[in-house]
Amino acid sequence: MPSKRSLLTGAHFMNGDVACAEGAIAAGCRFFAGYPITPATEIAEHLSQRMPEFGGIYIQMEDEIASMAAVLGASYAGLKAMTATSGPGFSLMQENIGLAVMTETPCVIVDIMRGGPSTGQPTLPGQQDVMQARWGSHGDYATVALAPSSVQEMFDLTLEAFNLAETYRVPAMLLGDEIVAHMYEKLVIPPPDKLRIVNRKRPNVPREEYMPFKPDEDLVPPMACFGEGYHFHATGLTHDERGYPQTSSSEAQQKLVTRLCNKIRKNEDKIIRVEETMLDDADVAVVAYGIVARSALSAVRKAREKGIKAGLLRLITLWPFPEKRVAQLAEQTKAIVVPEMNCGQMVLEVERKAKETPVAFLSKLGEEPHTPLEILEEIRRNS
Amino acid sequence: MVEQVTHPLSKYLRADMMPHIWCPGCGNGIVLNCFVHALDELKTDLDKLVVVSGIGCIGRTAGYTNTDSFHTTHGRAIAFATGVKLASPELEVVIVSGDGDLFAIGGNHFIHAARRNIGVKVICANNFNYGMTGGQLGPTTPLESLTTTSPYGNIEHPFNLVHLAAAAGAIYVARWTTLHVRRLTQSMKKMMQKEGFCFIEVISPCPEIFGRYNKMRTGLEMMEWFKKASVVESFSDPAKAEITKEKIVVGEFVDTQKLSYEKLFHEKIAQINERSIQ
Ligand SMILES: Cc1ncc(C[n+]2csc(CCOP(=O)(O)OP(=O)(O)O)c2C)c(N)n1
Ligand code: SF4
Ligand SMILES: [Mg+2]
Repeated sequence: MPSKRSLLTGAHFMNGDVACAEGAIAAGCRFFAGYPITPATEIAEHLSQRMPEFGGIYIQMEDEIASMAAVLGASYAGLKAMTATSGPGFSLMQENIGLAVMTETPCVIVDIMRGGPSTGQPTLPGQQDVMQARWGSHGDYATVALAPSSVQEMFDLTLEAFNLAETYRVPAMLLGDEIVAHMYEKLVIPPPDKLRIVNRKRPNVPREEYMPFKPDEDLVPPMACFGEGYHFHATGLTHDERGYPQTSSSEAQQKLVTRLCNKIRKNEDKIIRVEETMLDDADVAVVAYGIVARSALSAVRKAREKGIKAGLLRLITLWPFPEKRVAQLAEQTKAIVVPEMNCGQMVLEVERKAKETPVAFLSKLGEEPHTPLEILEEIRRNS
Repeated sequence: MVEQVTHPLSKYLRADMMPHIWCPGCGNGIVLNCFVHALDELKTDLDKLVVVSGIGCIGRTAGYTNTDSFHTTHGRAIAFATGVKLASPELEVVIVSGDGDLFAIGGNHFIHAARRNIGVKVICANNFNYGMTGGQLGPTTPLESLTTTSPYGNIEHPFNLVHLAAAAGAIYVARWTTLHVRRLTQSMKKMMQKEGFCFIEVISPCPEIFGRYNKMRTGLEMMEWFKKASVVESFSDPAKAEITKEKIVVGEFVDTQKLSYEKLFHEKIAQINERSIQ
C-alpha cells in the first residue's frame, strides 16, 4: 500500500474536481480555505481528507470573502494556498482577489463555472465568468486564468496555475466548468520527479535592506514571509517599494499600477499557451476553450472530411489573451467562429483583434455545450 | 554636541512612517502605546509577531508597528489572520482594528473566529463611530447619539461587544477605556500569553468627530466622561456591562481555557500520520 503521504502516481479513472484537488497537492499546495458550493464542493471534500495527510490545512470558512482572505494570510505565512468555488462565491471573492493583486500574493482560485447570473443553474455548466476573471475586482490589474477542457487538464493546469501564481506573485485562476469538473475520465499522474514545480522567488539581500515591493528585472519582487525576521509591511493601499502607503502621490500610483499590469503583459509570451489543430492552411478558424473546445475539435475534423479547410485554436490561457496569434489568424482566414456557453464574452476579445475578418458567434446556454454538428453548421456557413 | 538618544520603545515603531495620521486628542495613540508597552514587558520576539489591521483610523496601527504587518481590506483582518495562524501556529497574531471594521462589515468573521477558537488576539478601538470616513454611525454608536448619518439621533441599538465576544466563545474578554492605561497594558499582556481567541475592547475618544457632534469637543472632555462614568466590575455578567452617559462598565469578563482550533487541527494531523505509519 502506498504511504498516505504520496502522490497518486499512476493511471486513474477520476472526476475533474478530484483531479484538480490532486493537482493542487502535487503542486505543493498545503492550505485550502473554502465554502461549499456546487459544482466545486468535491474539491473541498477531497482536500479535507487529503490535506491533513500531507500535514496541510483544510478549513471551511464562514463565506467566500473569508476564504479568500484566509488564503492570502496563509500565502503570506509561507504556504501555497488555494480556494475553490463557483459563480456566486467567485463574486464574493473579488474583493480580496484585488487585495491579492495589490499585495502580490501568490494563490490559486478555482472557479467551476455554472449557469448564472446569481444562483442561476447550480448543476449545469457555463462559461459566463470569463470576463469576471479578468475584470471582476475594481481598479486596473492583469492576472492569469487557465481553462481546462479535460480531467487530465484539471490536474495539469491546477499545477500550472500554482507555478504561474508563484512566478508572478499573482492570484492565478483556473476556470473549469461543471462538465469537466464532474465527468470521469482517464487521468495519469506523473511521478513526483517528472513534475515541474515552481516556488516563489526569495529575498537575497540582508534583512535590513529588504524592500518587499522592489521588483527585479522581470518586474516581480522577491517575497519574504511572515516570521522570517524581515519586519515588512504590506497594504491594499497604493504603496511604495517599502510597502508604505502613498495615498496622495500620483507618481506612486502610476508606478505601482503600471508595474502590476506590466508584469503580466510583458511576460505574456512566457505565459500564454494555446493548442492548435489544422490551422496552417485554414480558411475558417474556430476559437474555443473549456468543454466547448472538444465539440469544436470534432466539428473541425468533420469539416475537413467535407473538404472545408477548418482549424481550431484552443485557448488554454484565457488571460492573458493570445491576441497576437488571433490577429495572425484573422489575416490568414476568411472567418473566425467562436462558440461559447455565454452570451458573448471571449468573442469580444477575438473581434478586437480580427479587424476586417468576420467573426461568427455561437451562443449556447443551459445543460449541454454546443454539439459538433451545430459548430460544423456555423463553419460551413462561413466557409 | 548634543547626544542622540532614542526612545527605549522606538524599536517597536516604524519611525520612518511618522508622522501618524491621527488627530490631536485621538485615543488611537494610547492604544498603540499600551500595546508596545505590553510587548516590551513581555519581551516579545518581534520576529514572531504579526500585526494585522483592517481599514479605519485605528487600522493604520499595523503599519506603525515594526513587525511583520498587514493592512487588509475593510473588515477582513480576522479572516486574513486566521489563515496566518493556521499556516504558522508558532506566530503570535494580533489584530488591531475598529468597531466598524470588526463588528459591522467584519462581524461575521469575528463571531466565527471566536466560535472556532482560533488563537488570534483582537484589540478593538471602539470610538462609537466611523472615524476614517468622517463620523458616520456604526454598530456601537449609543442610542440618540448624533453622527453625520444620524443627524436626528441614533435609533439603532448598539452591540455590547464584550457580551457578544463572550457569547461567541472567546476565552478571554476585557473592556477598558484609554484612561485605564495600566490595566489595559496588563490585560494585553495577559491576552498574549493565552492560547485561543481573545478580545479586548478599548473605549477610545474620537474628539475630532464623535466628540464634536456629541458635546465633547476635546480628548480631555471625552476622557473626563470615561473617568466619571467608568466602574470596574470584573467578572460581572458581560450581558449587563452597559455603556451609557452615566456608567461605563469595565474590567475582565471572561478568562478561561479550551483547546485552540490550530492545536486541535495539528493534533489531528499527527494522529492521521501516526496511523498511516503503523
Ligand atoms: C468595502 C469598503 N466599504 C467602505 C469603506 C470605507 N471605510 C473606510 S474606513 C471605514 C469605517 C472605519 O470605521 P472603524 O472600523 O470604526 O475605524 P475608525 O476609523 O473609527 O478608527 C469605512 C466605512 C472601505 N474602505 N471599504
Ligand atoms: S477621526 Fe477620530 S478616530 Fe480618526 S484619527 Fe481623528 S480623532 Fe482619531
Ligand atoms: Mg470606529
